Amino acid sequence: MKRIIIPLIALSIFALYFISTITKKDSEQTPVAELKERYSKKERPSVDHSKFTQLQKKFNRPQEVTAACIACHNERHTEVMRSSHWNWEREEYIEGRGIRYVGKKNILNNFCIGINTNEQSCNKCHIGYGWGDKNFNFADSNNVDCLACHDNSDTYVKKSSGAGMPDPSVNLTFVAQRVGRPTKSNCGTCHFFGGGGNNVKHGDLEKSLFDTHRAVDVHMAGDGGNLDCVDCHKTEKHQMLGKVYSLSSMNRNRSTCEQCHTGTPHANNVINEHSLKVACQTCHIPVYAKVNATKMQWDWSTAGKMENGLPYETKDSAGNIIYASIKGTFRWETNVQPEYIWFNGTASHYLTGDTVSADEPIKMNTLYGSYDDPDAKIIPVKIHRAKQPYDPVNKLLIQPKTFSAKEGDGGFWKDFNWQTSIKLGMEYVGLPYSGQYVFARTEMYWPVNHMVSPKAKTVACKECHTRENSRVGSLKDFYMPGRDYSAAVEFLGTGAIIASLFGVAVHAFVRIVSKKKNIK
Amino acid sequence: MHTQLVYSRFNRFWHWMQSVLIIFLALTGFEIHGSISFFGFEQAVTFHNTAAYIFLILIALAIFWHFTTGEWRQYLPTRQHLRAQIEYYITGIFRNAPHPTRKTALSKLNPLQRLVYLALKIMVIPIMVVSGLLYMFYRYPQSNGIESLNIEGLRVIGILHTAGAFFLISFIIAHLYLITTGHSPTSNLKAMITGYEVLESEKE
Repeated sequence: MKRIIIPLIALSIFALYFISTITKKDSEQTPVAELKERYSKKERPSVDHSKFTQLQKKFNRPQEVTAACIACHNERHTEVMRSSHWNWEREEYIEGRGIRYVGKKNILNNFCIGINTNEQSCNKCHIGYGWGDKNFNFADSNNVDCLACHDNSDTYVKKSSGAGMPDPSVNLTFVAQRVGRPTKSNCGTCHFFGGGGNNVKHGDLEKSLFDTHRAVDVHMAGDGGNLDCVDCHKTEKHQMLGKVYSLSSMNRNRSTCEQCHTGTPHANNVINEHSLKVACQTCHIPVYAKVNATKMQWDWSTAGKMENGLPYETKDSAGNIIYASIKGTFRWETNVQPEYIWFNGTASHYLTGDTVSADEPIKMNTLYGSYDDPDAKIIPVKIHRAKQPYDPVNKLLIQPKTFSAKEGDGGFWKDFNWQTSIKLGMEYVGLPYSGQYVFARTEMYWPVNHMVSPKAKTVACKECHTRENSRVGSLKDFYMPGRDYSAAVEFLGTGAIIASLFGVAVHAFVRIVSKKKNIK
Repeated sequence: MHTQLVYSRFNRFWHWMQSVLIIFLALTGFEIHGSISFFGFEQAVTFHNTAAYIFLILIALAIFWHFTTGEWRQYLPTRQHLRAQIEYYITGIFRNAPHPTRKTALSKLNPLQRLVYLALKIMVIPIMVVSGLLYMFYRYPQSNGIESLNIEGLRVIGILHTAGAFFLISFIIAHLYLITTGHSPTSNLKAMITGYEVLESEKE
């Protein structure tokens, strides 16, 4: 007997080994090691701008710096002026709506709501000088702010409520001589502080990333990839790769994990197969807002309370503002587990002027996708929920005037009068206002793409493939092993096992009893 | 009465290998299904898939064996003595009545066994194999763009595969008990281990 069993087992093992070798790719160096090697070589600038005589003079106005830049880089400004960083809008095809021009210029969000009438304050983050109202001249190349992105001295700051002008303290000559490839601090100055404070908007982009470690973000960490933003958000002729679906709508020009890591980076093929329906981020970003809290809720309806006749702020123990008279009540969270949705790369938006019912939470942006959609994958999102002003008669979300330089100009943050603030805001954007406002519930979807965790912290199989508290428990449009089952099959199957055991037990019992009887 | 080789070497190897694999597949399978915890989900998936490949090889060998030896005829269903066999299990066995059919090397299975094993061979195992293969490979066709092999999802496959697993476990429970109903409680087990069994002679 043994003579045949051993060769057969050996044959089976050999066959299995053979099968495993034809499916596994062997490479001497892992792809990640290759990437690390490639990106450890930092680019060195080919010129030293401090040696250019054109820059060795005193600049009185920032526009003079721009003119000096353009004098040599004499076509670059045209590239910049075609970018969404300059225009704050893009041409987008939106499903069911056709081609629309969408961007910060005209869209509403559920944070500070919108830039219109508030340009002085919001447009601090525009890469231009002086966009203070809708008369800003987008054709004037001298207004391009090269320094916001190219300052390598870490001394360039824009003035608060200065419509994008630099702070008077900035030494323009010093900065102009120290320009180069954008670093994390150039991008982070705006992108980490959107919505009026650190980590308010994204949740996965905040100031701790300026200097972080692997546990927070393997890519940006000094002890990890030490990557700059533009290493992944590759830029050709000032057109950045990647955008976020708070504003964009089309599946194009995306910065993806696969661009470096390929679509099948795992040794285990079962895990590689997941990539057909599951985005990398879903497993590799188990939580976001790992260091500092992110804003999860914003309730504008409580704004305007006074203490001794003056506006005030309340902070929690971690220093997060949980109430501000100018903005209302906030809820902050750290180490947030994302929510999960299907996403095919296309989105729609609430566009200023859309009439919409407020019975259900209004979606500021709708990310499309479902299990049946071959282009859709499960992605992690931060959903920011808010209550914000809404005109129940005209069924419009409201653009209020929040900012004013001084009291009496009607901005809510100075005068705390919704009626005036709404009237001025809606007039400015050319929309009717009925005179009535309520606070409507809104939701905004933010795909989570950063703060990728080290391998050991990756979401485990069981966190999704489980019957109770599955991370993807809300996505019910497909059958998932370990999570789903047929109640009928479960009932009948368990019943069959119990019936078999019971039947066997009864039969055995009767047999034993009758055997004794027969012996007697 | 005489001692005879009833289960050939390969027959026994196939039987025991199959029983180990089915129990192992059930253990790992029900872990994947979320019913039990033992190896951990990822390990359970890896083990389940590996065991499935070994099972496929075993099935291929068994099919070859069945046809080259003619053993497949053992599973041809018959109505002769079927009722008697059922009655034996319900009443006769308690009265110490004789087995209604005689086991020989050429006819090892009673009519009831023939039916059940045939159902296993042509229904349950094929369902498990086909649904299992689709379970493992259903994404590949889609990613390779073979539209005709596209499957909407795992729901039907998964539920069918689970139902088959429940059936097999019930079968094993009944099987483990029924093997004690031979001439002595352990005679069938001994026969499947050694291959030899004491059979009634023809002239009795």
